[in-house]
Amino acid sequence: MNSPDLPADKAPQPAVDAADQQAADHELSAPRREFLVKLSLGLSGVAALAVGVPVASAVLAPLLQPDPQTWRKVGTLTDFAVGSTHLVKFENADPVAWSGVSSESAAWLRRDSDTAFTAFSVNCAHLGCPVRWEQDAGLFMCPCHGGIYYKDGSVAAGPPPQGLTQYRIRVAANHDVELLTAPVPITNITPT
Amino acid sequence: MRKFLRAAGAWLDDRLGISDTIMPLARHLVPPGAKWSYVFGSAALFCLILQVVTGVALTLLYQPTSSEAYQSLQFITHQAVFGRTLRAIHYFGASGMVLLVGVHMLRVYITASYKFPREMSWVSGVFLLFLTLAMAFTGQLLRWDSNGVWSAVVAAEQVGRIPVVGTLAARLLLGGDTIGGQSLSRFYSYHTLLFPAILFGLVGLHLYLVLRNGVSEPAEAGRPVDPKTYRQWYQDMLKKVGVPFWPNAAWRDIVFSAAVILVIVALAVGYGPPELTQPPSPARIHANPAPDWYLLPIFALFALMPARIESYVIFIGPVLTVLGLLALPFISNAGERSPLRRPWAVFGAGCVVVFMGSLLLLGEQAPWSPKFDAKPLTANSVHSADPAVLRGAMLFSKKGCLYCHLIDGHGGHRGPELTAVARRLTPGELRIRIVNGGGNMPAYGGVISEQELAYIIAFLNTRK
Repeated sequence: MNSPDLPADKAPQPAVDAADQQAADHELSAPRREFLVKLSLGLSGVAALAVGVPVASAVLAPLLQPDPQTWRKVGTLTDFAVGSTHLVKFENADPVAWSGVSSESAAWLRRDSDTAFTAFSVNCAHLGCPVRWEQDAGLFMCPCHGGIYYKDGSVAAGPPPQGLTQYRIRVAANHDVELLTAPVPITNITPT
Repeated sequence: MRKFLRAAGAWLDDRLGISDTIMPLARHLVPPGAKWSYVFGSAALFCLILQVVTGVALTLLYQPTSSEAYQSLQFITHQAVFGRTLRAIHYFGASGMVLLVGVHMLRVYITASYKFPREMSWVSGVFLLFLTLAMAFTGQLLRWDSNGVWSAVVAAEQVGRIPVVGTLAARLLLGGDTIGGQSLSRFYSYHTLLFPAILFGLVGLHLYLVLRNGVSEPAEAGRPVDPKTYRQWYQDMLKKVGVPFWPNAAWRDIVFSAAVILVIVALAVGYGPPELTQPPSPARIHANPAPDWYLLPIFALFALMPARIESYVIFIGPVLTVLGLLALPFISNAGERSPLRRPWAVFGAGCVVVFMGSLLLLGEQAPWSPKFDAKPLTANSVHSADPAVLRGAMLFSKKGCLYCHLIDGHGGHRGPELTAVARRLTPGELRIRIVNGGGNMPAYGGVISEQELAYIIAFLNTRK
């Protein structure tokens, strides 16, 4: 602190000198200060990254997980008369245990001939609302904004920018009619 | 004892800084003459507090899993003590908050309170508006019935219109390829944790900015904002004529907010919560998804927009809206604030209100939706004994014509009314319209037989 052997002329105001000295004792040298700033920011960054990876992964999980598809039985050949259209219900490919009924999906299945089936997504290509098959009119109609489709799924009227999406259907050797599950069809800004 | 209490009070006051820090804040000077038009922001804040309180109470009962949410909602609505009222308060509270945030924003716009130095109050307010809507929408989804499920699909379709990453964004929203157990978990987390956390932070900033820059003084024609001199002028004005916020100005905030909350509770008790529809299965297609009233104008817009531009507008519209709102205080941050000197701003705000109101009314009626429950025409309402005409009337119902066309008060509203169609169209013209369709009408040429067509034309030809 205030050294007694300093010449009197070099020791101005003892009190101020003491405070200065105290401040100087606590002041960091420039390189040391720079290092400590970098250390604290850098270490915080590493810590944030270490926590951020699992957190971001949880947020982005739906994009990181594989999206399986699977064949689901929706009936047998005898359930569907040629020319008839049915609403079939099936379970999505990989439901979690706590899904309840929300992992169900539906499709409009029509038997075109002995061996040929067509299955349409129930989701309107406009905003995804559930379209209804009107048997007598021979049209699919959407309750939300009045989108209408012909029986081949092409747009007949209203706002849908594209036709109804189709599911793949196969008839197994034991006459089971099977449907390949698929994502909810999402209409993009550039219709495909 | 009294001495002890006084000592304890003084100790707490010293350690917590109530007299030193809190009271000066409560009594900070505000401009005089701030009347009832200043109450909407604080009422929105009280609605937020109401939503937090009732929301926490609802989480005591609600089961945020896809398999159990619906049953727990049934329990809350029909069995839990005051559960029905609680759900209803939360619903009407959400409505109140959306409404008050909107009115608050309109008031700020009309009196140009967003001008210097309060630009960041407006910017944080814009984010608060969209967060409020995000809360309103996710809240509606947590009513995990068939309407909730289909609303989630509709939302996924909308984010699907984002260029390039649309499908990924939709996947992220649903928590996967399809609706499922993961969907509700995510909506629940957003609604009860993520969004509220951001909301609290932004509300904190919004309030801090009121203290930092002072509440805007009532606008006066001929007293423009000059960024060079405004702060000095504002401080001088406060010193001269300012009044303490509490209680001189705050009593109106409190009285109005308390009245708002009482009205919300009264509506909740009187009307109850929105009815639950069917269980949350995407396989139940006999649903008619529609959002709660505050999002109905947007839903209506989707039905009315020209189909060709719609996919682009779904994406570009919200982006432009947000950018435009954020840019406002930077485009015009000085000059006149009084609505008397800004007639176009007032006119514009009026147009927005009329536009949203009209869309809301249209959305309630949804004239573009096929009227699936239209009652078939009867011999009585057809007024004819001609078998061909009666057969045509029957086909008119069966082929779905009646879903969209009105005849003598029966049927839908999507297409033109046909009660007196024979006065304006000849049988030949009728045939062309029916066979070829056009606009919002399917071409029936490939759908009905020549014979059926003849019957329908015979029927329509008697409508005059």
